[in-house]
Amino acid sequence: MTHLQTRRRVGPALAICASMIAGQALAQDDIIVAMQLEPPHLDPTSAAAGAIDSVLYSNVFEGLTRFMGDGSVVPGLAKTWDISEDGLTYTFHLQDGVTFHDGTVMDAADVKFTLDRARAEDSVNAQKALFAGITDVMVVDPLTVKVTLDKPNGSFLFNMAWGDAVIVAPDSIDDIKQKPVGTGAFKFVEWSAGDKIVIEKNPDYWGTPAILDKATFKFISDPTAAFAAVMAEDVDVFSGFPAPENLPQFEADPRFQVLVGSTEGETILSANNKQAPFDNVKVRQAVAHAIDRQAIIDGAMFGYGTPIGTHFAPHNPAYVDLTGNSAFDPEMSKKLLAEAGLADGFETTLHLPPPSYARRGGEIIAAQLAQVGIKAEIINVEWAQWLETVFRGKNFGLTIVSHTEPMDIGIYARPEYYFQYDNPAFQELMTTLTATTDPDQRTALLKEAQTTIANDYVNGYLFQLAALSVAKAGVQGLWTNAPTQATDLTAVSWDK
Amino acid sequence: MLRYSLKRLLSLLISLAVASLVIFLVIEVAPGDPASYMLGMNAQPDTVAALRAELGLDVSKTDRYLAWVTGMLQGDFGTSYTYRTPVSQMIAVRLWVSLPLALYALTLSTLIAFPAGIYAAARRGQAGDVAVMGATQLGVAIPNFWFAMMLVLIFAINLRWFGAGGFAGWEDGLLTGLHSLTLPAIALALPQAAILARVMRSALLDILGEDFMRTARAKGLTRRQTLWRHGLRNALIPVLTIIGLQFSFLLAGAIIIEQVFYLPGLGRLVFQAISSRDLIVVESVVMLLVFAVITVNFLVDLAYAAVDPRLRSRT
Repeated sequence: MTHLQTRRRVGPALAICASMIAGQALAQDDIIVAMQLEPPHLDPTSAAAGAIDSVLYSNVFEGLTRFMGDGSVVPGLAKTWDISEDGLTYTFHLQDGVTFHDGTVMDAADVKFTLDRARAEDSVNAQKALFAGITDVMVVDPLTVKVTLDKPNGSFLFNMAWGDAVIVAPDSIDDIKQKPVGTGAFKFVEWSAGDKIVIEKNPDYWGTPAILDKATFKFISDPTAAFAAVMAEDVDVFSGFPAPENLPQFEADPRFQVLVGSTEGETILSANNKQAPFDNVKVRQAVAHAIDRQAIIDGAMFGYGTPIGTHFAPHNPAYVDLTGNSAFDPEMSKKLLAEAGLADGFETTLHLPPPSYARRGGEIIAAQLAQVGIKAEIINVEWAQWLETVFRGKNFGLTIVSHTEPMDIGIYARPEYYFQYDNPAFQELMTTLTATTDPDQRTALLKEAQTTIANDYVNGYLFQLAALSVAKAGVQGLWTNAPTQATDLTAVSWDK
Repeated sequence: MLRYSLKRLLSLLISLAVASLVIFLVIEVAPGDPASYMLGMNAQPDTVAALRAELGLDVSKTDRYLAWVTGMLQGDFGTSYTYRTPVSQMIAVRLWVSLPLALYALTLSTLIAFPAGIYAAARRGQAGDVAVMGATQLGVAIPNFWFAMMLVLIFAINLRWFGAGGFAGWEDGLLTGLHSLTLPAIALALPQAAILARVMRSALLDILGEDFMRTARAKGLTRRQTLWRHGLRNALIPVLTIIGLQFSFLLAGAIIIEQVFYLPGLGRLVFQAISSRDLIVVESVVMLLVFAVITVNFLVDLAYAAVDPRLRSRT
């Protein structure tokens, strides 16, 4: 039934588009966006899959606050808010006149429903920790909602901008995985699994309306196919282009533009801090000095990526450049190994998940480690296997992974987290950070945190993953950076 | 004929039962949990446990196997862990791409192979034969994904006759759908056609040396007439076997081609399901493919009997 209706609606739309192209008088008002991964389902509040947010964040779903392309957090469905003196109560004043795509009104009761659902005992929210401090959500009136925390949380407004915290309605929650109903500038039209997702302009949007009338997301996982689809102009934008080696070709072609930005992905060579010999800081330091970051960036990422010396995004104002702390120095590395009693080197494992940063980077790192006498046996694994063996089982020596969550230095305060860094001083620092709301104090604490983990050589810090996209020359308004996984189309348009 | 068919049918049922057990065990043994995969690196253990309970993963493997098999017998393949839609529905949608693609490729392959094989057999040792055999050698040697990329480069990027991939759907008519399946079908068909042509040729050559062929010539038929009337029919048995195998291969083995052309077919579904450990989808699709392969072989066995009357009496 719904499928038929969709078809009927899309049919005329296509006809209109076709006539517009024929007329050449008007700018194009639809767009085809390709990305590598297809969402497993369409509920951003019950899965970690970045692909869900890549399609729906800000386009279809909105939260109380939201991320902008430059990483800043701005008001979303909450117009303004008051924070109590003690930092424990947030009173959100909601935008007036917001409706969900099914026509129902979005009010304080929906906010309460969303937050209570996410923090409930049986919640399957992948980022449940974001809501952990909430003790009560109270509806004051339809446009005011009061959230109480158990202790002050300096990143609460930041947390509410995540895709996992978007506002959903109780009426549409049962079908949300197949038929997402949000408040955004676009509404969901259809999903033909394995092929495409279509969204169209929401004429009743409360804020600045979208410029495009319609957008189609296509899913092309194979890097060669991705290249062909862009070259054949089958797609208008490829967000997160998987083959960096092809980018120079697009750059040289006037039909296309290449967008190179940064992501929140700190790509690191994680070490099992509880497993010998990595329980010895000298060994971890030796590993860090054995690595030539630029060679990895050039060899695995074809030059795209920014070297990092700690677990923090370089575009963040609080970033400290600590790359000098673990500069490439094989001699130093050998000396450190000798001091640790491993002058002849040692053998370990290097688990590599599927992304090319890991598979290609891993080959280079193994070769670099071999130079100082460390024999790393490469074990290629799929994600599911990586999660089971490395992440949950903690059965590994070294692994390469990009930590894509924004502002996730807090993972170093969790001794049970897979690399098992256990430093009470750092944990204390994170507790203080969470309780601190003053921006300057927060910056100082963040800098101290970055320095601490760099000096402890917890992991080998490689580079910040680049956000690489290719688009037709006429497309404007796309995000260059990826402060969160999103393909925000609300400001995208075609050149006249 | 009836006994022959019943015997084949029995072996079909046993194969299916064994296959279901093997598939289940092999897939369940692979490390990786669908719930942890869905929830990623930041999920708390209680969240993973909640999702496992929601997905019904907290019951024993034996119970899961029995539930799966009894469900399948009633036509219910269960619900996908990641997509949360009935597996049968997902498979049905994908079959509308994979089945036409396999048939399209098989038709192309047969249309190319039959004339080529017959032509080469009829001109054994001559220039035409050598040319056809050389071409088939090349066809067998070229990997189909590479060939697919070349097709895309020439016909999609340079000539713009076809899209570089994707499936247009059947809503806009048969021709639109077929048009978008043409490059993948050719990529799949050519290597198959090469094999089939070689089999066709050698089967015909074997038959041409038989006594009854000489008899046919002696009674006054021309070379061409003997080839068409007596040679072809007798050469069909090995050719049918190969066609049966190829159909199964095309249905199950299009995974790479579906990736290259990003077609929403069964192969791609399995590919995605394996990486997300959507076990029930993998199990059901593999089971379906096994069922298809076994059924096709069963039909080929029956076709032998139709082509070769001797098999009907032999039980």
